[in-house]
Amino acid sequence: MEHVNIDTIIDKYPNDASSLIQVLLEIQREHRWLSNEALDKVSKRLRVPLNRIQHIVTFYKAFSLIPKGRHEIHVCTGTACHVRGAPRLLDSIQDLTGIRPGETDMELKFSLETVGCVGCCALGPVMVIDGEYHGKMAPARSEAVLKNYV
Amino acid sequence: MPRIHTPIELEAFRKDILSKRDPSKPCIAVCTGTGCLALGASKVVVALREEIKKQGLESNVDIKVDLRETGCPGFCERGPVIVIYPEEICYLQVQPGDAAEIISQTIIGKKVIERLLYVDPVSGEKSVRESDIPFYKHQMRLLIGNNIRLDPKSIEDYLSLGGYTALPKALFQMNPEQVVALVKDSKLRGRGGAGFPAGTKWEFARNSPGDTKYVVVNADEGDPGAFMDRAILEGNPHAVLEGFAIGAYAIGAREGYIYVRQEYPLAVENVTIAIRQAEEYGLLGKNILGSGFDFSVHVHRGAGAFVCGEETALLRSLEGKPGEPKARPPYPAVKGLWDKPTNINNVETWANVPLIVNNGAEFLTSIGTDKSKGTKIFSLVGKVKNTGLVEVPMGITLRNIIYQVGGGIPGDKKFKAVQTGGPSGGCIPEQYLDMGVDFDELAKVGAIMGSGGMIVMDEDTCMIDVAKYFLNFLTDESCGKCTPCREGIRQMLKILTNISEGRGKEGDIELLEALAETTRDASLCALGGSAPNPVLSTIRYFRDEYEAHIQEKRCPAFVCKELIHYYIDPEKCKACMICFRKCPADAIEGGKNLIHVIDQEKCTNCGTCFEVCPSRFGAVRRLSGEPVPPPLAEEARPLVREN
Amino acid sequence: MSEIQLQIDGKVVKATEAMTILEAARSAGISIPTLCNSEKLETYGACRICVVEMESFGTPRLVAACVFPVQKDMVVKTRSERVDRTRKMLLEEMLAHAPDSVELQKLAGEYGADKDRFEKEASFCILCGLCVRYCAEVKKKDALGFVDRGAKREIAFIPEIAAQECWNCKECFPLCPTSALQAAYVLTEALAFPAEKHKQQR
Repeated sequence: MEHVNIDTIIDKYPNDASSLIQVLLEIQREHRWLSNEALDKVSKRLRVPLNRIQHIVTFYKAFSLIPKGRHEIHVCTGTACHVRGAPRLLDSIQDLTGIRPGETDMELKFSLETVGCVGCCALGPVMVIDGEYHGKMAPARSEAVLKNYV
Repeated sequence: MPRIHTPIELEAFRKDILSKRDPSKPCIAVCTGTGCLALGASKVVVALREEIKKQGLESNVDIKVDLRETGCPGFCERGPVIVIYPEEICYLQVQPGDAAEIISQTIIGKKVIERLLYVDPVSGEKSVRESDIPFYKHQMRLLIGNNIRLDPKSIEDYLSLGGYTALPKALFQMNPEQVVALVKDSKLRGRGGAGFPAGTKWEFARNSPGDTKYVVVNADEGDPGAFMDRAILEGNPHAVLEGFAIGAYAIGAREGYIYVRQEYPLAVENVTIAIRQAEEYGLLGKNILGSGFDFSVHVHRGAGAFVCGEETALLRSLEGKPGEPKARPPYPAVKGLWDKPTNINNVETWANVPLIVNNGAEFLTSIGTDKSKGTKIFSLVGKVKNTGLVEVPMGITLRNIIYQVGGGIPGDKKFKAVQTGGPSGGCIPEQYLDMGVDFDELAKVGAIMGSGGMIVMDEDTCMIDVAKYFLNFLTDESCGKCTPCREGIRQMLKILTNISEGRGKEGDIELLEALAETTRDASLCALGGSAPNPVLSTIRYFRDEYEAHIQEKRCPAFVCKELIHYYIDPEKCKACMICFRKCPADAIEGGKNLIHVIDQEKCTNCGTCFEVCPSRFGAVRRLSGEPVPPPLAEEARPLVREN
Repeated sequence: MSEIQLQIDGKVVKATEAMTILEAARSAGISIPTLCNSEKLETYGACRICVVEMESFGTPRLVAACVFPVQKDMVVKTRSERVDRTRKMLLEEMLAHAPDSVELQKLAGEYGADKDRFEKEASFCILCGLCVRYCAEVKKKDALGFVDRGAKREIAFIPEIAAQECWNCKECFPLCPTSALQAAYVLTEALAFPAEKHKQQR
């Protein structure tokens, strides 16, 4: 898969430290993770010390220092979803994929994350896979939904 | 698109748009907000489009029909939602399979499809028009009402509804000080959580020395359970842009930033398109409408941090730094983005501004209570029948919101509490259902307005679990810089976890209160300062639940897993084998005609048996705080069936 | 710079506009305890041990003396029941991390803080940031920094830079209120396992 070159991404934004988060977000989106090489390059080109980059990529949840799987599962654990049973949905996803939030499976098929709230509270519990929203998710439906993703 | 150079040209352009639109022409408006999209709205759109073609309406001379993909009207529980104009017929829970009938029956045949209408659960009465539906009827939808009427990706739709009337009025008929005075007179208070008077905040920024100033839209909306800003920004981005530009003019800023949380990709997309369109038309950018006022807007995405909803942390994030809040004073109005005077307001606050400029300060002051004017959009979610976004005047009672608009608690369960203000807020019990909702009244009972999240809880909600949930959320979202927040939340969470797992002890409540005091008093920012609220409000109103957990190891709501045991009543068990098969831990001993018995050693407390036991048997009991009866003796297990 | 008069512990103190309460107090010989503050570094405001009670401008509230600017007619109390209670709790929260820290124990004695009030935590670090800030502001090497957030926040060295600079420097170690045990630990970790940059834990 052709990745957009990191330098090309950096060139799209103002060349100073304030672009740091936007640049990293785009690299994360394109490459599905932030490698050490990527971070070194950003550090040099935007003239930001590595310790600040280190803080930012671990501070913000959008960034991943390990490659994400082909399919990203986000289980909403917002209050409305929580009250409607999100913990049990999360349990079922964990059982089916064998991974916990923040992890990717060995075949790089699924990555699992919890999300504070995706703004679909009326549809809770909600699970988003590759940007596709699955609402009113009963844990019993988890297996059928995951089967659609190869 | 030709650039518009003057207000006169703008009005001519608007007239031109309106002249090309026939109000009597049928239009099918389909909500394509994130919620309805999740329920399949895009497939409904495709199906309708196909049917319009199939039934010959594309080339028909007599009957023409528009299909519009719109923003979120808020009735999320019943999505996908469509409204058919000009009759304003509202169909709910529409599926692609309904498309053929909608075109043939309603568009061509002018007949209403009964089964797609709203039905009142008590009276059985059907509502045809959107405005007749009780959910909408009891609201005052000044801000969100237009969402279903326009395509957020079309500036012309916004113009056709009177949009961009306020901006030229402000730029050409008022000077900046007059705009500030107007917003002050309207008594608009910030809709993001603190409720600080917007006009006063604008005035501070206006009066701060310096030539370079900034304005910011806070669209981080991190409170879990709140999604009104998403609906406005996604569904009517131009309303926000117009208010934003007016504010920039009033304050003296030439650049603005819209900080949108990255979990809202559709809002990012729609507001980016809206900015581009507005710039093309000359409504944003250099020399807006020939006024000499320049204002350019940039969209900046968040990266997954709740704390970035706090204004100083948001500014750090805009600067490309970790979202660590900064000490105040100095306030952003004096020293904000890159140390320049900056005014930050919430999406809903900005969206109120065009209404105020167009209609005057009295427009807002005539609605609401003495100190809280205007309307507020609440996201009514949780254990309530009509979950969705509700816009109501300040001062309306909780009871009206939850029961009249919200339809009450599903399953005839008993109301227990309503949580307002997210992780910074509190739980309000039944005795306050008749209180009028406004900033100050909520503060009196130990809650806050917050951004408007309103989470209804019933008898099946455990308040210790709720307090633990919020602390769990905050311990991860705190930036971690200051001791009282990082360590205080850490210790409070430990105690609550112990209590919920049966390890609570005498003195825990007092220790929680002591920790809460330090965290509240000494934290650097409002995240820490308000973190104790959920704990303190649940202790205040539900102390008996805390005591039950601590002293009796009992969870009255049967939520805390470690405090619940499941037991099959031998009198009621009919050996149907359903739970026996479904148990994921193979913890049920049983068989054909053998009364089932749960092996408590193997049981993981998942609750599956309780859920699957047929209701006519109801043989599985939940026990908490009482000893589990010993397992039925082997000899007694064969089931004696009556003939 | 204009002069501002304020009251600290009943004493009238003359200060200048740009001063913080801490600076004004020190100029008048009034001492306020600090942990994350250092004359060599920019003020940080994280430990909160310097909280004082500000009685003017509405209901009395606690503010951090090291960052709060002086204002005309301000009335400040550097000790009170509320201040002492707060400092005691903060110390107890920190002692859960570093019960043997000499500096913390000294303050603990003064405020009656019990080092066993809370269960021991795994990390020695109280995240005062002195090491990080010293390396950034004074040495200008940025050899270490913060990672993660909330209860998971910690300090970590950048292995590539630390390998070159730290073993012969260690100037940040004496600044540490908890005897630099955490710094020594994470430095060793960084030098011994440079390939394992901060792993994500959830």
